Amino acid sequence: MKKNIIGIFALLVVIFVITAIINPKFLNAYNMQNLIKWSSLYAVMSIGVAMVIITGGIDLSIGSVVGLVAVVLAFCLKIHGLDPWVSIGITLGLSLLIGLVHGLLVTKAGIQPFVVTLCGLLVYRSIGRWITDNQSVGPVPLEGDKGYVNLEEILGLDFIFSGKIPLGDSFNLPTPFIFLVVLGIAGAVFLRKTIWGRYLYALGNNEDGAKYSGINTDNMKIIAYVLCSFCAGLAGLLFAFELDSVQPAQTGEFYELYAIAAAVLGGCSLRGGEGSILGVVIAAAVIRLIYNSINMVGISTHLEFGILGMVILFGVIGDEVLKKTMAKKQLSAR
Amino acid sequence: MSADSSPLLEVKGLTKSFPGVLALRGVSLHLKKGEVLSLIGENGAGKSTLMKILAGVQPADSGEYLIEGGPVNFQNVRDAMNRGIALIHQELNLASNLDLAANIFLGREPNKKGIIQENEIREDATKYLQRVGLDLPTETITGTLPIGKQQLVEIAKALSCDARVLIMDEPTSSLSQKETETLFEVVKDLRNQGISVIYISHRLGEVIELSDRVTVFRDGENAGDLAKEEINHENMVRLMVGRDLSEFYDRQIHQPGKTVLQAREIISPAYSTIPVSFEVRAGEIVGIAGLVGAGRTELLQTIFGVTPALAGELELDGQSFRPSCPADAINAGIALAPEDRKQHGLVLPMTVRENASLPSLERDQSKGFLNQEAELKISEKAVEQMQIKTPSIEQIARFLSGGNQQKIVLGKWLAMNPKLLMLDEPTRGIDVGAKREIYKLMEKLAGEGMAILFVSSEMEEVLGMADRAYIMHEGKISGELDRNELSEESIMNLATGGEKTAA
Repeated sequence: MKKNIIGIFALLVVIFVITAIINPKFLNAYNMQNLIKWSSLYAVMSIGVAMVIITGGIDLSIGSVVGLVAVVLAFCLKIHGLDPWVSIGITLGLSLLIGLVHGLLVTKAGIQPFVVTLCGLLVYRSIGRWITDNQSVGPVPLEGDKGYVNLEEILGLDFIFSGKIPLGDSFNLPTPFIFLVVLGIAGAVFLRKTIWGRYLYALGNNEDGAKYSGINTDNMKIIAYVLCSFCAGLAGLLFAFELDSVQPAQTGEFYELYAIAAAVLGGCSLRGGEGSILGVVIAAAVIRLIYNSINMVGISTHLEFGILGMVILFGVIGDEVLKKTMAKKQLSAR
Repeated sequence: MSADSSPLLEVKGLTKSFPGVLALRGVSLHLKKGEVLSLIGENGAGKSTLMKILAGVQPADSGEYLIEGGPVNFQNVRDAMNRGIALIHQELNLASNLDLAANIFLGREPNKKGIIQENEIREDATKYLQRVGLDLPTETITGTLPIGKQQLVEIAKALSCDARVLIMDEPTSSLSQKETETLFEVVKDLRNQGISVIYISHRLGEVIELSDRVTVFRDGENAGDLAKEEINHENMVRLMVGRDLSEFYDRQIHQPGKTVLQAREIISPAYSTIPVSFEVRAGEIVGIAGLVGAGRTELLQTIFGVTPALAGELELDGQSFRPSCPADAINAGIALAPEDRKQHGLVLPMTVRENASLPSLERDQSKGFLNQEAELKISEKAVEQMQIKTPSIEQIARFLSGGNQQKIVLGKWLAMNPKLLMLDEPTRGIDVGAKREIYKLMEKLAGEGMAILFVSSEMEEVLGMADRAYIMHEGKISGELDRNELSEESIMNLATGGEKTAA
């Protein structure tokens, strides 16, 4: 576990240093702020999906939940002029509900998580497009944009979700980073210090074994799906305020793949039972960093996915090799 | 029988280790042409491991394997088949959706440019089926046959590969008495045709009837050989456990207390028409014997809430109780050490500490947070009390031996102070030393007033440990035997559908 985190952290540092050497502009405050902001946004989703992956499940609907939440938020604020806090309550409630439905379908109806969340991916995306007639909307007024009530409160929220806190002369800390820190600590405490976290690991490793030890495995799985969708919903709010304009067809598209990639690179096994919040958060940062580095170093952006894919593949291979050698050591030590 | 006495098959000094166990520590064995050799030993003695090596399923780590005096090195089952060694599996390896002829020639269908030669197959298949006494059309779908006949089909399949050595691993464990008799006729017949058989069984009565010679294993080593005239019950058991029976199963008779578990006409989903009634009292060790598939494990799972009862009444300490999941049963004071330790008993990738404390976490929590102090205490106590051999409580359970894994399972339940401890095949895959410790623990717990219910396929275990036993046959309890009525014959009679005879 620890070695795994050292590995991914080393990867982060290496890419960081190489990029900084090749292009010193990489280190300027503006670029760093952006990197922190986007890494935080991705990491919030990744923490959620890590919970589900630890149970041995998967959630493919994250990107669509991000999109739907962003759309619904804009829809409430702009088209219906609802109170901003009520709107946030509605959207987060919606994401909790989505997670609950996923969890029930997976546990009580016995449908495979892949199928449940694949259908979710399709359904939520199309609901978002339908309610907005596929027109882009913003939760925050752009210049000259009329038709927002509660303008002051909206701008206040905009600061909370995508503001910048000045630190020193030129550096501003993006607020999503604060969300990430709070969520990350809460997630890590949940996984490592509570009985429910232990139950998630146990059932992810051996569901029958956990059940035979008196754990209500169905409830624990439902909780994992609810937490996952909640994180996706929270990410949806962060993205909505960040983007200013939400595209019902595109916002959040493929984000589930980034989130899953970060979870896997960060040490989660899709077989379940493994992974840590810290690893996943660092991995999310690595993924954003690679994207940023490609731009900074001047590699063709068409290669972005290719490089990302190779990094994840070799990361996971390295992880497997590490695990096998540790297992061998254990055996010979006996 | 031929006068030629040079061995057809011989192994010398074979060793084999698995994660956590040294399964074979230099065993030797030889087999002559036309001989039935029985290989016996307690669970975990290394019989099945040796059989798999002989049949090419897995290679040995070191040692010699000779056929007709020449060394062989099988890489896979096909290599072994080519030299005439065939393994008849404990679980049958037939495709139940295919017909008999297709199964017999599966993977080596006579064909011309990929087109299967149907007529040839059917003709040959009929020939081999007749050799094992099966007079059935070759078009019969295999899955429609009872298990005993399927086993004969498997033997026919082996013969069709020109098998000279048949390895049979507990072939009778799920057969009825009649099917067993038929199988024995076939085996004797094959022996007369010059085919050699290595026969593995827990049923010593069968071994006496069938064997020309007996080889005994204990904890992965040779414990001794018995020539035909030496084969009797006492000799075999003495070699198997390495000491006298009375010392091994150290039982004292306790006065049983009040009834702890009372089952009235409960129906488990596996046998939806058969009500079962029984009781277990405090301080009593009750065995459940029967053939594999008689419904013993299913019964324990129903009591434990894994597969809730469809009907009937359960009472625990006089209180009605209806577990709908294991958590209910555990909260009521029941523990189950399941048969499949790796799948159900433990979370193998987790540590000794995490496994030992898993059921107690909820009880010891404070507002959902782990009580790490209690967790440490529980796991340290388990290691000490059960004498679990582990470098530390942070060791991953997977890397411990079967015996130590079973001790973790028992340790985690003892931390819950159960009223009723259920053990499903408590000593499967465990070395003789650990076995004895588990028996001692059962005796100690019963002495302290715990009610113990255990399922076992090992005849000696039931005879040695049970104060009382229920015998199951096809889902129902076919009889109840007191300690003084327990014998291999009385158990087998009830287990294969016979009536209880008046004592």
